[in-house]
Amino acid sequence: MTHPLEDHGLLRLLTCGSVDDGKSTLIGRLLFDSKVILADTLHALAKTSEKRGLQDVDLSLLTDGLQAEREQGITIDVAYRYFSTGTRKFIIADAPGHEQYTRNMVTAASTANLAIILVDARKGVLTQTRRHSYLAHLLGVPHLLVAVNKMDLVDYSQQRFEAIKQDYLAFAEQLGIRDVNFLPLSALKGDMVVERGDKLGWHQGPTLMEILETAPGAQRRHAAPFRFPVQYVCRPQDSANPQLHDYRGFMGRVESGHLKVGDRITALPSGLSSTVKAIELGGAPLQEAEAEQSITLLLADEIDISRGDMLVKSDEPPLQTKQLEATVCWLAETPLERTRTYLIRHTTRDTKAKLTGIAWRMDVNTLERQEAAQLAMNDIARVSFKLAQPLFIDPYEKNRSTGAFIVIDESTNNTVGAGMVTL
Amino acid sequence: MFFSSLHAQQRLLSHLDWLEAEAIHILREVAGQCGNPALLFSGGKDSICLLRLAEKAFRPGRFPFPLLHIDTGHNYPEVIGFRDRTAAELGERLLVRSVEDSMRRGTVVLKHADESRNKHQSVTLLEAIEEFGFDCCIGGARRDEEKARAKERIMSFRDEFGQWDPKNQRPELWDLYNARSHKGENIRAFPISNWTELDVWQYIEREKLELPSIYFAHQRPVVKRNGAITPITHLTPAKPDEEVINLQVRFRTVGDITCTAPVESDADTIEKIIAETATTTVTERGATRLDDQASEAAMEQRKKEGYF
Ligand SMILES: Nc1nc2c(ncn2[C@@H]2O[C@H](COP(=O)(O)OP(=O)(O)O)[C@@H](O)[C@H]2O)c(=O)[nH]1
Repeated sequence: MTHPLEDHGLLRLLTCGSVDDGKSTLIGRLLFDSKVILADTLHALAKTSEKRGLQDVDLSLLTDGLQAEREQGITIDVAYRYFSTGTRKFIIADAPGHEQYTRNMVTAASTANLAIILVDARKGVLTQTRRHSYLAHLLGVPHLLVAVNKMDLVDYSQQRFEAIKQDYLAFAEQLGIRDVNFLPLSALKGDMVVERGDKLGWHQGPTLMEILETAPGAQRRHAAPFRFPVQYVCRPQDSANPQLHDYRGFMGRVESGHLKVGDRITALPSGLSSTVKAIELGGAPLQEAEAEQSITLLLADEIDISRGDMLVKSDEPPLQTKQLEATVCWLAETPLERTRTYLIRHTTRDTKAKLTGIAWRMDVNTLERQEAAQLAMNDIARVSFKLAQPLFIDPYEKNRSTGAFIVIDESTNNTVGAGMVTL
Repeated sequence: MFFSSLHAQQRLLSHLDWLEAEAIHILREVAGQCGNPALLFSGGKDSICLLRLAEKAFRPGRFPFPLLHIDTGHNYPEVIGFRDRTAAELGERLLVRSVEDSMRRGTVVLKHADESRNKHQSVTLLEAIEEFGFDCCIGGARRDEEKARAKERIMSFRDEFGQWDPKNQRPELWDLYNARSHKGENIRAFPISNWTELDVWQYIEREKLELPSIYFAHQRPVVKRNGAITPITHLTPAKPDEEVINLQVRFRTVGDITCTAPVESDADTIEKIIAETATTTVTERGATRLDDQASEAAMEQRKKEGYF
């Protein structure tokens, strides 16, 4: 190693909270305290703050983005922020709290390994807290962290913290949320963010930064069956090198599981099997590959495989189906309707699809199921689709890659829906 | 332990391995979804990383796209030489379209002769897109470069006029990218969206990538103008009352000579640059792009007009 930085990989996190819970302040502090808020950014901020008549530099201004939003004074899209502690890199997906922005939160949650759910210590668990928790859970974010913020405004009261915790646990159990942790903090003063501070001595657990530094990345993907959607086939026939004449490399990313040379695989939809002859990454041979690696696979037998096919281990096939049961979040202004044909993209595979039924729609505020004839933007519902081509699926609960799909409107090419397979 | 599953067996991909795998995946999605893509190559460090990633994504095959350089004509000669050598070594096709041709056609009109040509690249790029019928341009932009980019998609949609509408971007979920477009529309794909400047330097070190010499500390005649270091070149002469000094500097980005400023630095190796970057207190664009300083919203405005 020529540089001194250790490497604990990368963690993607999501921050959610209602307006004014202190989300921007917390993110600002994380960035600030990890020394990534750089001097000239602060310089530009000092100017903006003056214009708005604020006295101190407002940490939350660091996380606003686009001009229009700055004018409106609210955050209306998912913004991505980066910081590094030197040992780990973090990507924060920052989604706004308003209820009409369910789709943004769903988008931000889709890639997160950990969600920080902010609660204002004075207000306790609110409707929005439930909604955010439901959505994070629905999107399969493996770890939820409830951060009880503004502890300085409730005299750092342990009693208050415990009451909120009990309140939360009661409804979390109803939703089936298991992996949840609680942390008291003050984003503004910094207690328990990076420094412990001296006011929350009664709390035993690690600070927010310690939690983030040690939170696991993507275990489930490793434990799940091997899934390799083929993105691209490499056939360098025109090469001057005769050794490459018969080269056929199947390129893609291991979406879940792991694989080693010599493993028996099956290609879908053909059902033909072969053995892994070689695994390559950037031209170098590997003995094995695991989830999240982008690799090239070479097989012992010549079988016909193209983009959109999936390679799996022969003894752990996914379900092959032309009928999809799923929870969808509708993302577009034009409603989801039975009369139209859509395009569904699942891994690297596209198929035409028609809505065949809506079992229920979830009221994300009351968490009650309702009847619905069509879906509008931000609706979440249990639906069924009929597919023109088969897809190779796993339940989303078990696999966040082969259980996920997007719905595309072919007339505009817009991404109009996000789906999670329930089988 | 705080997290019950903390010690599960999975070997952790290092952050660079993860970023590399993600970028390769994105490049292959472009190749799989787009009929006629191009990779924007400037000779700058970000696009040099892109080339290595493209090698990792597609070798032993050829790249499924040509390299395209939009040449402002205001380049440091080191960078142009480097650009041509690199393309030749890779054995890939390099297309160059120049802002000066657009000026001759009358599609770019400068306010004054030595105005920065950075923003005019948009026009030439759109002309090249039309000429070759590209449906996707792969670029090396990163979300950490500037606030307006923090919400940029990895596959970013541009309408027929090359315009980026922040209100009309496709939601991007999981790693399911939507690079579909109708004829005349265009996708900009950013495989290293999630990289920071530090990641880029670490990757350059790990992969032992060659860079144009101006990225390393060297002596250069400069003047200090409005607090920024302005290099003295044939395009940017010193004003009569200015004192020209020789400073030890390096560039953090390369671009139009008239608007790219170096920083003072003794870092003459990648290792030293990494050390400096890890502890630096000034963002990349803030320090070195003279044209961004005017307004916080400058970048957003340029993007709406079709800038990368
Ligand atoms: N006293 C106190 N105020 C806080 C704390 N965190 C945030 N605030 C304040 O609460 C207000 C809203 O914070 P902001 O971060 O903008 O909230 P957001 O809407 O969730 O992003 C601001 O005035 C912050 O200064 C905290 O821990 N303690």
